[in-house]
Amino acid sequence: MGDPLFAHGVGLAVLIIAIVKVVVVFAVLMVAVMLMIWMERKVISDMQNRIGPNRAGPFGLLQSLADGIKLFFKEDLLPDKADRVVFRLAPYLTLVPAFLIFTIVPIGGAVDIAHHAFDLQVADPPMGILFLLALSSVSVYGSMLAGWSSGSKYPLLGSVRASAQMISYEAAMGLAVAAVVLEDHTLSTRAIVAAQSASVLHWGVIQTGIVPFLIFWVAATAELNRPPFDLVEGEQELVGGFHTEYSSIRFALFYLAEFMNMITMSAIMVTLFFGGPDGPGFHFLPWVWPILWFVGKTFVFLYIYIWIRAALPRLRYDQLMDLGWKRLIPLALGWLLIIAAFRVDDVWGFAVFAGCLLAAAALGQSIRVGQRRRQIEAETTGEGRAARAAKQVQLRALAARSEEGGAR
Amino acid sequence: MGHLVLAATVPDAVTFAIAAVITVTGALGVVLSRNPVHAALMLIMTLFGVAVLFVEEDAQFLAAVQVIVYAGAIVVLFLFVIMLLGVDRLESLAAEPMPAQRWVALGLGVLGLAEIVLLSRGKWPLGAHSVAGTVNGAGQQNVSVLGKALFTTYLLPFEITSALLVIAVIGAVVLARRPRTAGTAEIEDHAEAEDT
Repeated sequence: MGDPLFAHGVGLAVLIIAIVKVVVVFAVLMVAVMLMIWMERKVISDMQNRIGPNRAGPFGLLQSLADGIKLFFKEDLLPDKADRVVFRLAPYLTLVPAFLIFTIVPIGGAVDIAHHAFDLQVADPPMGILFLLALSSVSVYGSMLAGWSSGSKYPLLGSVRASAQMISYEAAMGLAVAAVVLEDHTLSTRAIVAAQSASVLHWGVIQTGIVPFLIFWVAATAELNRPPFDLVEGEQELVGGFHTEYSSIRFALFYLAEFMNMITMSAIMVTLFFGGPDGPGFHFLPWVWPILWFVGKTFVFLYIYIWIRAALPRLRYDQLMDLGWKRLIPLALGWLLIIAAFRVDDVWGFAVFAGCLLAAAALGQSIRVGQRRRQIEAETTGEGRAARAAKQVQLRALAARSEEGGAR
Repeated sequence: MGHLVLAATVPDAVTFAIAAVITVTGALGVVLSRNPVHAALMLIMTLFGVAVLFVEEDAQFLAAVQVIVYAGAIVVLFLFVIMLLGVDRLESLAAEPMPAQRWVALGLGVLGLAEIVLLSRGKWPLGAHSVAGTVNGAGQQNVSVLGKALFTTYLLPFEITSALLVIAVIGAVVLARRPRTAGTAEIEDHAEAEDT
């Protein structure tokens, strides 16, 4: 249990190794974010028949670095009505969880340097995957406080949207994680990976049936505010969402956090559902292969994120909420029950499966009845488009009159 | 706690000291901040400090749940209410709504502190009388021990609590749901507001 590094107490060498691990992971993540930004721009421009960044460095590789330096030296604006402390704090509140979640991801097997064996993973806490849920629920604060502290209307609207969206999808995400925990009997990420390492058939995605993976994927995309769930920063409605008022290095921090979150979530998906660093290894440099497998699997997910961004249109707000609450959460809950019942025995499993089908039918029927009723109400009270417009005009006139009254 | 042998290692002591400072600073901040949003942020800091202390005590699950439930959900709700109701302005504390409350608070605070001191002298708060056994059991993880206790010994209280929560949710939905008999309700509300 736990990292062999701490098996013999904590000495100076152990402390140094731990610190080096943190620094190395942080540096690698930073470079990965830079490359990721470059890749996103390049791939998107390929898909749109453009050339994309091609000035700084070979193939424009240094473009993100140039942008970073530019942003660093730009003037740092602080809006007049901003809450100074919180406005400065918010970017860090988004960045720190993104990095911390990555610390529980097992990158490779164990290595042995100078008689100190240690895992290629920054930390392997016994609560493991709960750490992911804890930090992803904390990362709401970054966008929420950024919008509020700007002291401006559009950021506030954006941040309310962001926090509502993140809270809604957290439940579905947690239930999808619970399915994996149920299958692998452990919370520790390293043990989860170890439980999947026997063969491809033992990977979480197959063991849990593909549904929890799909739910986790959709929920993670919504947590990241990535397209098609990026209505937090819907340009047509909200300017830039919660970071409208941010500029220079603070804006860069938000941007960095977004991409770091993307890498982290891809790595978590690989860990939970695709065996993490699991894959065929060879005798030549045995510790390198797991890392390569891990990086390769993560890369596939990163590419798919870019692809989705180029391909799918943005959801409407009510569609987003319907998808989260009426479809993903019931589905995740039902699937979890079915998995748990099949662990008891097959009779229970099929019984619960039938029960879940019945519940799903009832839920679908109730959603349909609700929609139908709303439709009938709209027809009988004449709440069509014309009536709504008339009501708007009436409301506006009333508001104007009351304002006049107030002014007098 | 004279009968306890304090066998804290140096890393343990350092962690405890840092977490304690964070917790107490946050608690003071909650009370002393004039701005409700700052107070809520300080509350998060306290919750994190307490979570670290839980980890220090090998109560990993409690630490995670503390952050997920309290920092991740409840304080978010606080912030929602503060932001949406627009009470995030500085309030004047000069006008005291209840004149006696400061003295009552002081008295109750002292009473609470005395109770904690009294309790900590016995072995009851240390879990010696607990039915569930120790936090970690013999070679078992904290989570599995807790899970077993919840779903065997304490199953009834657990289920009753969950039923209570469901009742609360249904109650909230019933209260929040407005029957849409006429589409003019909004306009009438507005007109009433104007009249008054």
